[in-house]
Parts: sequence; structure tokens; C-alpha cells
Amino acid sequence: MDYFWELFFGGLTRGSIYALIALGYTMVYGIIELINFAHGEVYMIGAFTGLIVAGVFSLMGFSGASLLVLAMVIAVLYSSAYGYTIEKIAYKPLRGASRLAPLISAIGMSIFLQNYVLLAQTSDFLPFPALIPEFDFMEPYIDYLGSSELVIILTTVLVMIALTVLIKFTKIGKAMRATAQNKKMAMLTGVNVDHVISMTFIIGSGLAAVGGVLIATHIGQINFYIGFIAGLKAFTAAVLGGIGSIPGAVLGSLILGWTESFATGYISSDYEDVFAFCLLVLILIFRPAGILGRSTTQKV
Amino acid sequence: MFGIKKSLLVSIWFMFLTFPLMVIRVDTIEKTVQWRWMNMVYVGVGAFLFSYVWRFLLERKAAGSAVDAPAATVKERFTQRILTDPKMYRPVIAIVLVGAVIFPLIMDTYQVNIMVTALIYVVLGLGLNIVVGLAGLLDLGYVAFYAVGAYAYALLNYHFGLGFWTVLPIGAGLGALFGIMLGFPVLRLRGDYLAIVTLGFGEIIRLVLENWNEFSFGPSGISNIPRPGFFGMAFDMHSATQYLYYLMVAMVLFTIFVVNRLQHSRIGRAWMALREDEIACQAMGIDRTKTKLTAFALGATWAGAVGVIFAAKTTFINPASFTFMESAIILSIVVLGGMGSIVGVMLAAFILVLLPEYLRAFSEYRMLIFGASMVLMMVFRPQGLISNIRKKDAYKRSSDA
Amino acid sequence: MSKLSYPLLDVSNLTMDFGGLRALNGVDLSVKSGEIVALIGPNRAGKTTFFNCITGIYTPTHGDIYISARGDKRRRINGMKPNLVTRHGMARTFQNIRLFPTMTVLENVIVGRHCRTHSGILGAVMRNSRTRREEQESVDRSYELLEKVGLQMFADELAKNLPYGAQRRLEIARSMATDPFILLLDEPAAGMNPQETAELGELVLRIREQEKIAVLLIEHDMKVVMRLSDRIYVVEYGQGIAAGTPEEVSKNPAVIKAYLGEEHDA
Ligand SMILES: Nc1ncnc2c1ncn2[C@@H]1O[C@H](COP(=O)(O)OP(=O)(O)OP(=O)(O)O)[C@@H](O)[C@H]1O
Ligand SMILES: [Mg+2]
Repeated sequence: MDYFWELFFGGLTRGSIYALIALGYTMVYGIIELINFAHGEVYMIGAFTGLIVAGVFSLMGFSGASLLVLAMVIAVLYSSAYGYTIEKIAYKPLRGASRLAPLISAIGMSIFLQNYVLLAQTSDFLPFPALIPEFDFMEPYIDYLGSSELVIILTTVLVMIALTVLIKFTKIGKAMRATAQNKKMAMLTGVNVDHVISMTFIIGSGLAAVGGVLIATHIGQINFYIGFIAGLKAFTAAVLGGIGSIPGAVLGSLILGWTESFATGYISSDYEDVFAFCLLVLILIFRPAGILGRSTTQKV
Repeated sequence: MFGIKKSLLVSIWFMFLTFPLMVIRVDTIEKTVQWRWMNMVYVGVGAFLFSYVWRFLLERKAAGSAVDAPAATVKERFTQRILTDPKMYRPVIAIVLVGAVIFPLIMDTYQVNIMVTALIYVVLGLGLNIVVGLAGLLDLGYVAFYAVGAYAYALLNYHFGLGFWTVLPIGAGLGALFGIMLGFPVLRLRGDYLAIVTLGFGEIIRLVLENWNEFSFGPSGISNIPRPGFFGMAFDMHSATQYLYYLMVAMVLFTIFVVNRLQHSRIGRAWMALREDEIACQAMGIDRTKTKLTAFALGATWAGAVGVIFAAKTTFINPASFTFMESAIILSIVVLGGMGSIVGVMLAAFILVLLPEYLRAFSEYRMLIFGASMVLMMVFRPQGLISNIRKKDAYKRSSDA
Repeated sequence: MSKLSYPLLDVSNLTMDFGGLRALNGVDLSVKSGEIVALIGPNRAGKTTFFNCITGIYTPTHGDIYISARGDKRRRINGMKPNLVTRHGMARTFQNIRLFPTMTVLENVIVGRHCRTHSGILGAVMRNSRTRREEQESVDRSYELLEKVGLQMFADELAKNLPYGAQRRLEIARSMATDPFILLLDEPAAGMNPQETAELGELVLRIREQEKIAVLLIEHDMKVVMRLSDRIYVVEYGQGIAAGTPEEVSKNPAVIKAYLGEEHDA
């Protein structure tokens, strides 16, 4: 039974990370109907920034929780800045272009950022310091739930609550919902759509950076390629839950996390990534709108 | 004055943005930090200059679309004339053909080998061009079908001793089969989902090849794949390469012939209509799924066939040859060349393959530049280096009508 | 109207819901052979939605849609794919012009021939005599249609470079290339100047006389509607509120209130 719980919490941890990334996909898609292929790279850049900050400040004597918070905050800041810039360069000039153009631009941006990090840093795996301390009170549960997993899960829950509050109750959150529902109407009612789009990229990118730093310190190593697979999976999760839907992204992420965890635990670990893609294909065939997504009719 | 201020701001912003990644490099084991301040200078100056270029291009684009592009004028018309006027393009074609024939006779094996690689990418580009350029389906897993062809030859040869010429059509057929198998469920989806599913599919194929040792020999791959023979004759290394070269030239010509005919056919027009407007296309009585499927499968057929040739050329294959980067390279060939344009795709294939080959310094930055140019192309010149021109005289009215 | 006329299109109780919004609520409509019928109503009344439902672009929530091509048996087409609807002989144009912008004008029309031709990939590559003959027929027919709508001199232009009015006429030519027995036009005169509008009216009449195609048109321009139509249906808020000859409809108090009244205000 311990094995089951180990897989359960392992899946929950994975799912939390996917959720942090998937939200960025889903929010951007909800507003400009674009798969932001570069989103996985923003997550990767978040992890790298976290690593660099941790490295520099640990030499200056910081350690433990303060170092984690510092790394996280600066990583979030930088990833948001990247997300904002990416939108300005690669997507904004393409509004109103054919539907293929922004997709290709997104792919190009993703390839560019991967190789930018590869050249600026390294192609090797870099060891990432364990920033999350081992809690004593977690000792009895260590067999299936580690301290870092607990922190990841709790952080994700907190971030979700904050996001929900932001979207439900703040002015920008309301503007975002209005824009997602009907861009033209939002514009007529005085919403600054450009601003909303920028904010969406900033918020989504920041969330991804939280995920990036957490998973990096949990797994202990990163390289320039981690964003590609993680991004693909988080996108799968977003589609699974119903793209455009925020609770859907979380639900899809958890389902995907558990599917992967149990499938690799009970079936085979060689095909870890294959399970996710198979799930994606099956979902798209049988329920393209996702679990919580509503199927809408394209207006003609 | 305003421009300088703007560019300065851009420059500062990018210096801020790239600061951690470009300047700092930490070694978490040795506990050392390396500061590379020079990089900051490069980024600052680069961003400053680039912001001028960016604004200039944006302005030009805006001006171009405002007056419907008589501004993009003289050069454009010149390339168009070369491409459309038989008096101009016939001699060019003749020269290129003669050059192509004598090339392996005057060059050494190394050069010929590189050229074969370039030609392989030409055909892959033209094949993907059917899917992306003509039908407007963004296929990010094209390399999967290429892998299917390559492994078909390697495995059928290893287990059953089948020869190159037998497997060539089989590889093409398998490519088509896989294309249909994948396409059938996913092609009814919206375009952007197709992109992500094909991307996933490409990864699945690679992962299976990597992990299913009993079937594909895993990451170590398969070696000693025979080069193509000629009625049972075996060649030495040099003539085998020459032979492959001519084979590829023939393949390129064949592909051009087919794509050219398809472009001005009922099916080709349906593909383009689909690319331009799916709903209007259906309202014209075109079966969307079926039309997409033919394009998708036909593209896959080409990839399968070229995969067989690739295996025969390298005599060794492993899953590392079929990563997403490979799909990305082929896609950037199509995008840079100009979606739908045969000449453009060929030109882009040569540039993208030969440039890194001869400019070693360039090869390190190759993927970086590919990525950047995909973005820049989409923003400033979505029609590619050479836009696809619809031939004016393609359809003549019969005289008695 | 001849005595021999029979219903080509027969729609009853058509209802369409979008989430909570009922865009159409039990609309009935029929078009007989040789007729020009107009569907009018204020903005957002559900006219375009009606077209989208009967051409298979939306699947209606309730209702029956039957078509019967000249002398053919009645066929229920609810939920049928749009391409099959066109194949069965009902073609349409779009309110927001939907041409194939980077294809030539001629090619746009030839695409319309797709569902009446057959050659496949093999035929295209081999270019055998059957394919060549078929291509030639398509090209000739398309030129003929371009002449009918007065666009033959633009045959080699890209569709996106045509002026607005010409684009609307090209859409008509393109849909006629599918050999329909009934043509649905969604605001064909929108954005046209008075002269273009008058020419369009002539064109619609010619389509009926020469091609023997029935026409169902949505139009806001009352002059056009009154001059062309044999019968008029009026919808408001997704509900059919009146139907009849132009005189009957124009005297109907509900219509005057709902539609013409608004027209006078505007
Ligand atoms: N795909 C869709 N999803 C949601 N609502 C839709 C959709 N298509 C149409 N509607 C709604 O249905 C109603 C009717 O719209 P429709 O376009 O049919 O009106 P119309 O009579 O053609 O108006 P107009 O004269 O302005 O063209 C509108 O309120 C519109 O917003
Ligand atoms: Mg309408």
C-alpha cells in the first residue's frame, strides 16, 4: 500500500507542476486562441534564473528558505519579463494574420529560446541545489511523501487560490474574463485588450517560473531542453481539462500526473512520455472540448 | 531623436532581460561564479541597432500593405519574371541541370556526400511543403515518417535481406500508411491541435525506437545497412556516393514534377482552398477530412521514401537522427522558402544545409538563427523568400468556347 | 410563378440554441422552383444563423430541413456535412465575404467545380486524357460564369485584389459553379453603391431565368427585396413573424413595427 501512496503523491506533485505550467497555456489560449509553444521555454528560463540566483546568493551567505524565496521571486520576475517580451515580438505584430503564422512564429520562438539558453549557459545537465529543507515532522511519512513534495503541493494550492482571487475579484481579472468571452464586446466596454493580453502573458509566465524553480530543486538538475517536454505535457493537461478553462487546467494536470505516475509505477518506466501523448490523442479524438470545456460553435 | 530614445530603452530592457543568463554562469558544485560582462555590451549594442532594423521593417511592411505592395517592386518583379517567363527561366534551368550532372564528376566524395544530404532536405522540404505550404496543415512530426522509412529499410534488410529497390516503394507505402493512421483521427480537429498532436506523435515514434530494444535495437541503432546496388553490381565508396547523388537528383526532379502538376490540379486547388478558408472550402462541396488526409498522407509518403534513401546513404541509423529538431529544420526550410513555392523551398534547403556545412562558425548558431528567422519571417515576410506565384497561363480557355 | 412549381427547400420548426441563447425558434420556410424568396429581419434576428443551419455549418437543435432537387425525392439534410449539402445542390455565399484570397479569380470559381469533377492524385500526376478533358470543361464553365457576373477581365487577378462589389459577385459565380438548384445569398448588396446594387438585381433575375436556379436571399436593402422577391419571410428575435408577397408583408403591422419602423428610424 505504501507503494500506492508513493505513486499517488508522486503523481500529485507532478500534477501540481503541470498545473502551474498548464495555466499559462490555458489563459493565453482563452484570450488569443494561440498555443504559445514558447511557454515551456519560459518555464525553463525560470528554472535557470532560479539556479543562477541561488548560486550567486549562496556565495553571499544566503541559504535555506530565504534562498528559495529569493530564487523564486527573481525567477518569477524574469520569466514574466520574458513572457511579456515574447508576446510583443512574436505574436503582437501577427494579430489578424492567417492562423498558421502565429503558430509558426511560436515554434520559432521556442527553438530560439532553447538555443539561446544552450549557448549562453551550457548543453549539459546542471546540478540544481536542494533549496527545500527536510522537515523533521515529515520523518514518519518519508516513504511516500518527501518534504519537497509537500512544499510543491502546498505552494501550488496557495498559488491557485491567489490566482482565483485575482481572476474573480480584481479589475484586471474581470477584464481578462470579459476579453476571453468576447474580445469585441470587451473592447467596446472600454477594456484595454492589449493590456489584458500583456497581463495574461505576465501572469502565466510567472506561474510557470514557480513551477520551474520548484521542480528543479526537487529533481536536482536542469538543462535547456526541460521546457520542451514539460511544456508539451502541460499543454496536454490543458487540453485534457478543456483548453481555456482554468479549473480544467488544474484537473487535467492532476489526471495527467496520476496517469503518468501510476502507469510508470505499475507498467513500465521506459514509456513515461508515451502515456501522456497517447492520452492526448485519445482525448482529442473522443472529447476534443476536454473534460470541463464547453464545445462551442465557431461563428460564421 | 525620438528613435534614439526608444532604441536606448529597448537596449536597456534587453540588457536587463538577458543579464542573468548571458552574464552569470554558476557552478553549483565548485561553488564558483563566472561573470561575463562583455556579453552585456554585445547585447546592448545589438539590441540598440536591431530595434532600428525592426522599426524600419515594420514601417516598410505597413507602407507595403497600405498601397498593396507596389513598393516591394523592382526586385520582386524581377524574380517573378525569372520564374514566370520561359525565355528567362529555361536557360537557368539548363545551366542548373548541366551543373547538377557534372558536379559529382569534378568534386570529391566528401563534397558529393554533402550535396546528397542537401538534396535529401530538398525533397523533405518539398514533401512537407505539400502538407504545410499547400494544404496549410502544420505538421510538427514530419520526421516520424522519415524514421518509418529509414527503419523500414534497415529492419527489412536485416531480417529478410530485402534490397534497396524493393524497400523504396515499401518505405513510401508505410509512410503513407502511418500518415493515414495518424491523420484519420486527428485531421478533423482544428489546426492548432493538429500541430501539437503531430509533435507528440513524432516524439512517440522516437521514444518507441529508443526503448523497444528487441524491435529497433534501441539507442545503439542499426549499422551495416547496404548502399543501393545497380542490378546486383556493388560499388566502391566513391561510385556508390555518385550513384546515390544521381538517384537523389532524379528524386528531386520527380518530386518537382509531381508537386508542380498537383499544384494546378483539382486536388491541389482543393488543398489551397482549404488553407485559405476551411468553411468556404466546405461550402464549395469539398470534403475537408478527405482532402486533408490526402495531403497529409502524400507528404508522409515522400518522407517514407526519403527515409529509405537516408538509411542507404548513411548505412547506419539510430533514433538520434529523428528528433524534433529535425522536424523543425524541415519546417524552417518550408517557411523560409515561401510556403507553396517550389523554387523557394529548394533555395532554402540549400542555404540551410550548405551554410552550416561550409561555415563551421555558423553551425553552432544554426538552430538559434533558424528559430529567429522563423519568427522574423512570420512577422515581416510571411510569404517567404520567394512567394508562390500563381501561374497566369495555367488555365487556358478552349478556343471554341 | 408557373403551376408546375414544386418545393425545393422545405424547412419546418427550425430551432437553434447557442448555449443559453435561442437564435432561432421554430422557423418555417419553403422555396419552390423558379422562385426568388427573401428572408428579412432586423440585425441579429437570426437570418445568417438560418443559412448556417440549413447548409450544415451548424447542426440545428430541432426542426426538419428537406431538399429535393429537380424531380428528385425529398431528402432530409439535418446535420449533414456542408460539403454534402452543396453536393446535393444547395449552394451559398457568405455575409462576410469568404473567398480564397491568394488564389486567382478564375481558380476561385474552378474550386466550385470540385464536387462536380472526379480526378484524383493519380489523374493529376499522369494528366491523362480524362483528367485533361475534365479540367478543360471546368475552366470553360468557370470563364462562362465569370462572364455572367462580369468579371472575365479579372480572371488572372488574385481574389483579394478585387474591389468589394466584385468580390461579392465572385462569390456568386463561385457558388454557381457547384451547379446548384437553389442559391442562398447572404446580403449580396451589402456595401455596394446604387449602380452596383441595380446590376446585382439584374444578375439575380438572370440567374433565375437563364440558369433555372431558385434564389433565397437575405437583404437589408428594401428596394432590392421588394423588386426581386416573389415572397418574403420576416424574422425577428429568431421567430418567424410574417410571410407572404411583398405587398402583404409590407402592409403587415407586425412587420412595420419590427422592421420597417426601425428602418425609418435609421
Ligand atoms: N456560433 C455562434 N455562437 C453563439 N452565438 C451565435 C453564433 N452565431 C450566431 N450567434 C448569435 O445568434 C444571433 C443571430 O445572429 P445572426 O448572425 O444569425 O443574425 P443576422 O440576422 O444574420 O443579423 P445581421 O443582419 O446583423 O447579419 C446573434 O445574437 C448572434 O450573436
Ligand atoms: Mg447575418
